[in-house]
Amino acid sequence: MANKRKAPARELTPLRKAPTGIRGLDDITGGGLPKGRTTIVCGGPGCGKTMLGIEFLVRGALEFDEPGVLMAFEETPEDIASNVASLDFDIQDLADRKKLFLDYVHVEPSEIQETGEYDLEGLFIRLQNAVETVGAKRVMFDTVEALFSGFSNPGILRAEFRRLFRWLKDRELTTVLTAERGDGSLTRQGLEEYVSDCVILLDHRIRDQISARRLRIVKYRGTKHGADEYPFVIDEQGMSILPLTSLQLQHKVSDERVSTGVPDLDAMLEGKGFYRGSSILISGTAGSGKTSLAVSFADAACRRGERGLYIDFEESKDQVARNMKSIGIDLEPWSAKGLLFHEAWRPTQSGLEMHLLRIHKLVEKVKPQFVIVDPITSLIESSNDKEVYSMLLRMIDFLKNLGITAIFVSLTAGGENLENTRLGISSLTDTWILLRDVELNGERNRCLYVLKSRGMAHSNQLREFVMTVHGIQLIPAYIGSGGVLTGSSRLAQEVREREQARLQQQDIEQRQRQAERKRLALQAEIASLQAQFAEVEKESEELGREKLERERAQNLDRRNMAKSRGSDEKSSASARIGGHIDEA
Amino acid sequence: MKRKSKTAARPSEEIVELRLYVAGQTPKSLAAISNLNKICNDYLDAQFRIEVIDLAKNPALARDHQILAIPTLVRRLPVPMRKIIGDLSDTERVVVCLEVRNSKT
Repeated sequence: MANKRKAPARELTPLRKAPTGIRGLDDITGGGLPKGRTTIVCGGPGCGKTMLGIEFLVRGALEFDEPGVLMAFEETPEDIASNVASLDFDIQDLADRKKLFLDYVHVEPSEIQETGEYDLEGLFIRLQNAVETVGAKRVMFDTVEALFSGFSNPGILRAEFRRLFRWLKDRELTTVLTAERGDGSLTRQGLEEYVSDCVILLDHRIRDQISARRLRIVKYRGTKHGADEYPFVIDEQGMSILPLTSLQLQHKVSDERVSTGVPDLDAMLEGKGFYRGSSILISGTAGSGKTSLAVSFADAACRRGERGLYIDFEESKDQVARNMKSIGIDLEPWSAKGLLFHEAWRPTQSGLEMHLLRIHKLVEKVKPQFVIVDPITSLIESSNDKEVYSMLLRMIDFLKNLGITAIFVSLTAGGENLENTRLGISSLTDTWILLRDVELNGERNRCLYVLKSRGMAHSNQLREFVMTVHGIQLIPAYIGSGGVLTGSSRLAQEVREREQARLQQQDIEQRQRQAERKRLALQAEIASLQAQFAEVEKESEELGREKLERERAQNLDRRNMAKSRGSDEKSSASARIGGHIDEA
Repeated sequence: MKRKSKTAARPSEEIVELRLYVAGQTPKSLAAISNLNKICNDYLDAQFRIEVIDLAKNPALARDHQILAIPTLVRRLPVPMRKIIGDLSDTERVVVCLEVRNSKT
């Protein structure tokens, strides 16, 4: 283990390491196994010891130009070659190309009789010969303890082991030694007493009929290393130790926003949608529309030309495609264009690590811009909560590091506290959209709200979630004294409101009509008054004319009278006539 | 490096074919060679052939002949093959292991 008690004052050359090339192992060992030293890989039968060692040799030969020697004590080279042939490792080919030297050391106790002093110089000669033949830098012994069954003198064996490790160290051979795990000790024969540079413990346990493999670095002298138990899997590409990526919160963040595929939901998220590369949790009870919401996002993303990976633990690809047509989303074109990769498998099919690895590999293959996991809760079936949590944590970090927008669908069982995701992963995600059923007046309706969304002023409103043939719509729910009204209650309320409005309308119209009538009446009155006025006016005009006539007649009479009386008043009369003529 | 040794008087008996693997001139190797010669001379009646192989000179043979311990004495004939390891200082045991009846006691 890392010894930091004596901090060296001067700069020491750091421990050199030999990379294993095994996925994940170099991460947790900080670069590989101690170079030029011996590492013990111990564990029970079938835990993958041999696999680790052989992969170390094969990758060393192929990737790091370090040829290796395999000293096999238990299996013949033919057996080993056929065992690892399923893993794309062609050992025979490597042997032919002198990248690998295979030596099967046959130890058969019944054939051997001991008489007096001996040593294992034969083993050294073979090893030396093998190392020189291929110029080996790496050596693996599988399983060296077989010697203990072949030779009965433990004193000689121990002395020879000590000599062997010194021999390996002197030649700076990076060595992997596999050993069976013993009761109460790491190895049955206490080999760790001789080799104390690095000890890796493998474990294979079965829980609920599903296998789980674990790796732990028990000690690694002079270097910092991960001390936890790390899950690992063996598949057709060899061994993979999780985490596959280092667990550091250093991912770059994006300011870019991506639409949720539901315009109404975009509107709730500042009108822009999610942040690219963020992780989104959609949780809700059964049938609340989680998948539809996730698929809407996928549809919108594919429409933008993005690539996506849809990991489905519940429905097959065709089933989802068929079901989504009911809300007006056709995924088939996206699959056909190679934008949407739909992968469906049962969560109980394999252990948790296998799932994570499979997702990792898919992500590496597809290189998606978004990933949807539907639903993550299915994984609980195959493991316990704590493991699922740590797996999801790794998955989220992994996707975040790659800047992939991730949508996790989580099923909340009925009756549970809705805001309590069973896995407690809500704190890991950036945006949490909660879907819930509202049961009222004998029907269930869906509601949606944004419970949290880091880094944006999201809406705090509850919306009714309606699936139409044109996709998802969010309708503001009616919130009144009776609580939140949705579905037909909301419709009934809307009818009531319309009725009320209609009544008000009628009332106004009636009053309008009354006013109109009044106006007309007044108008009529005005008209009659005007008629009277005109009549009066006419009368007054006629009276005026009559007055003039009368005056003229009087004047005429007066003149006639004056004429008849004499001409005294001639001048004045003529003047008056003249004026009158002018006037005419 | 072969050392043909004693050919016994009775040709009718089966031949005992022995191979002794050593590595260089180590004390153990030398002891084994001298012990084997002694045993053969003193205890073995049968016709026998001894071959001494120095793995220090022929290292590839160690792999081909599945030799681990040094010294190793292999009785190749009669079948089944037997392996005796050690410097052969335990005479009784070597004789028993070789399962060759002694006649000179």
